[in-house]
Amino acid sequence: MAVGKVTFTKAEREKLAQLLWLLNWISVLTGVILFSLGLFLRVEIQKRQEVMSDQEILYVPHMLITTGLVACCINFLGGKICYECTDTSKFLRWKLVLLPYIVCTFFFTFCVLVGALMCYSIRNQLEESLFLGLRNAMRYYKDTDTPGRCFLKRTVDLLQMQFQCCGNAGYRDWFHVQWISNRYLDMTSSDVRDRLRSNVEGKYLMDGVPFSCCSTLSPRPCIQQQVTNNSAHYNYRHQTEQLNLWRRGCRQALLDHYTSIMRSIGLIVLLIWLFELLVLTGVRYLQTAMENVLRLGNPDCESDGWILENSLAETARSNFNIIKNLGKCYQVDDDPNINPVS
Amino acid sequence: MAVLRVKFTKDKRDKLAQVLWILNWISVVTGAILFSLGIFLKVEINKRWELMAEKDIQYVPNMLIAVGLLACGINFLGGKICYDCVDTTKFLRWKLIMLPYIICTFFFTFCVLVGALMCYGMQSELEDALTMGLSEAMRFYKDTDTPGRCFLKRSMDMLQIEFKCCGNTGFRDWFQIQWISSRYLDTSQKEVVDRLRSNVEGKYLMDGVPFSCCNSNSPRPCIQWQITNSSAHFNYDYQTEELNLWMKGCRQALLDYYNHIMRSIGLTVLITWLFELSVLTGVRYLQTSLENVLRQGDPNCESDGWLLENSFVETARSNLNIIKNLGKCNQIDTTNNGDPNINIPSTSKADYGPDNVPPKQIPADS
Repeated sequence: MAVGKVTFTKAEREKLAQLLWLLNWISVLTGVILFSLGLFLRVEIQKRQEVMSDQEILYVPHMLITTGLVACCINFLGGKICYECTDTSKFLRWKLVLLPYIVCTFFFTFCVLVGALMCYSIRNQLEESLFLGLRNAMRYYKDTDTPGRCFLKRTVDLLQMQFQCCGNAGYRDWFHVQWISNRYLDMTSSDVRDRLRSNVEGKYLMDGVPFSCCSTLSPRPCIQQQVTNNSAHYNYRHQTEQLNLWRRGCRQALLDHYTSIMRSIGLIVLLIWLFELLVLTGVRYLQTAMENVLRLGNPDCESDGWILENSLAETARSNFNIIKNLGKCYQVDDDPNINPVS
Repeated sequence: MAVLRVKFTKDKRDKLAQVLWILNWISVVTGAILFSLGIFLKVEINKRWELMAEKDIQYVPNMLIAVGLLACGINFLGGKICYDCVDTTKFLRWKLIMLPYIICTFFFTFCVLVGALMCYGMQSELEDALTMGLSEAMRFYKDTDTPGRCFLKRSMDMLQIEFKCCGNTGFRDWFQIQWISSRYLDTSQKEVVDRLRSNVEGKYLMDGVPFSCCNSNSPRPCIQWQITNSSAHFNYDYQTEELNLWMKGCRQALLDYYNHIMRSIGLTVLITWLFELSVLTGVRYLQTSLENVLRQGDPNCESDGWLLENSFVETARSNLNIIKNLGKCNQIDTTNNGDPNINIPSTSKADYGPDNVPPKQIPADS
């Protein structure tokens, strides 16, 4: 009735132990890889923290970092255990630790799977965070004299040049924001005053974009002022002109960048999860086989190994009973010193 | 009289052979490093080939690549030889090859040194290539419709953005060339016509720069038109404004970048050269000590190893004589017309022994 029963000879048990020792050391390496993937993702998110409104998505790299460290420790211990399991006498030392170790490793592999799935699921949160962050960055673009915001102009300019994007969803977002500081506006000029008055909130809006929106692919010098005015520039039609400014919005560009990183990381973590599961199965077989050897008494005989001793339903039922009895232990029982009248 | 004679016991010889085997394998790795440095330099130069005039600077990375490959081959063979040299019987296999191998390796290390010195010597040629190349690129910046030059605008813009520079020596270089194509100039407008006429060559010159010269550190939106006109912009003084455009010239920026790369590569190659020299010295000592062992006959005895058997001057003289005799071998012998079968009558007095009596003539049978 056992689940997955396999018979092991002595030679097979020893080979299994050696193989598991090697696999556990490879798992330590994959744990280091997990850790470094988490670090890399954290660094990438921190690099652009100024255009993200909240940093809650940092829980994904933190999860990966923690899981990587735990993987290293668990698999290091597993390697030690499997190394000693070839010898029945040394196995006695680890006998009591092995079952808790297997249960812990089972929950740990579950955490690895959760880490992998997290990588695929944060897209919506990231999009929201980028939308708000970019909107604020564009709003404070002009505040280069305000401490705490003075670097936002440089950040947005470098972002637009590096990712070849303009604005939040497109270049028109710059038309709704005052991105030229009042310090550089000549208030004595009637044009400036008219423009300020024509706007409800008194903002200086115009159909111009910063220089970082200029596309390097354009055959003509960049047109960044009066972008929508065809007559202001010779031989120019803004409806058909595709190469003058970057067409993509920075939100989409950053989202694509982070999504591709996370997909690759998620795939690698899934592969690591499958590998850990494989190692765990091997350790379980080794543990049950060695325990049966001890039960039979003869170190050289054949023994059975399994994943579960009884079927899944019976094991679940017996575990529930154990947990219930643990609960009952804590109930206050009548004082055993009083002699109840029979 | 030997140069740097050292005594080797059998243990020392074995240890020397083992150490040399490891060092030869490390040298294979350094040869691979040399090769990859050469490839890296070649890629970096090719990335910006559009901005460099036609100068032959590819010889430096090509030299490094060739030297790296040679190093791998030579040191691989050296490792094999040293591995076999622990055993005197196996050494016999390599005995005849070893001296030519050492001579070849000596000339090869000389090539490594030449490669290192080339890295430092390339700088002036690179500067010339960049000066001419950048001025050409700026002149053809506007020709985005001419095949063969249409990419120069993009290259120049990307260069100025990436290296944070403007123009050849500074942003004023843009004032002296027409960088806006005539396709985008409205020649029906009076200002445009005036400006074209005011210039001797009919070029449209102005005090403006392309957008890629804009400094991203500037606190104000970029001023790229009428730069020298302080009154055209509010709160702007062109003499004191330093953050508006990139102040460095692109020639200087690129030179700094390439000089930094070449200095690092040159240093690495010099260190590799010293390492190769030390390996070569070890192999020479091993060869001479093993040959002396064979000469003495007993594989377990002590033997001497040296760099040169006689002093430096004597060795040079004997080598020159060998080369001269090699030359003489090829001269034709002219006394007999070359034919050794012709019997030359002897002109010297014959020696008939102590009593000087000629031998009797034996009469022929009639």
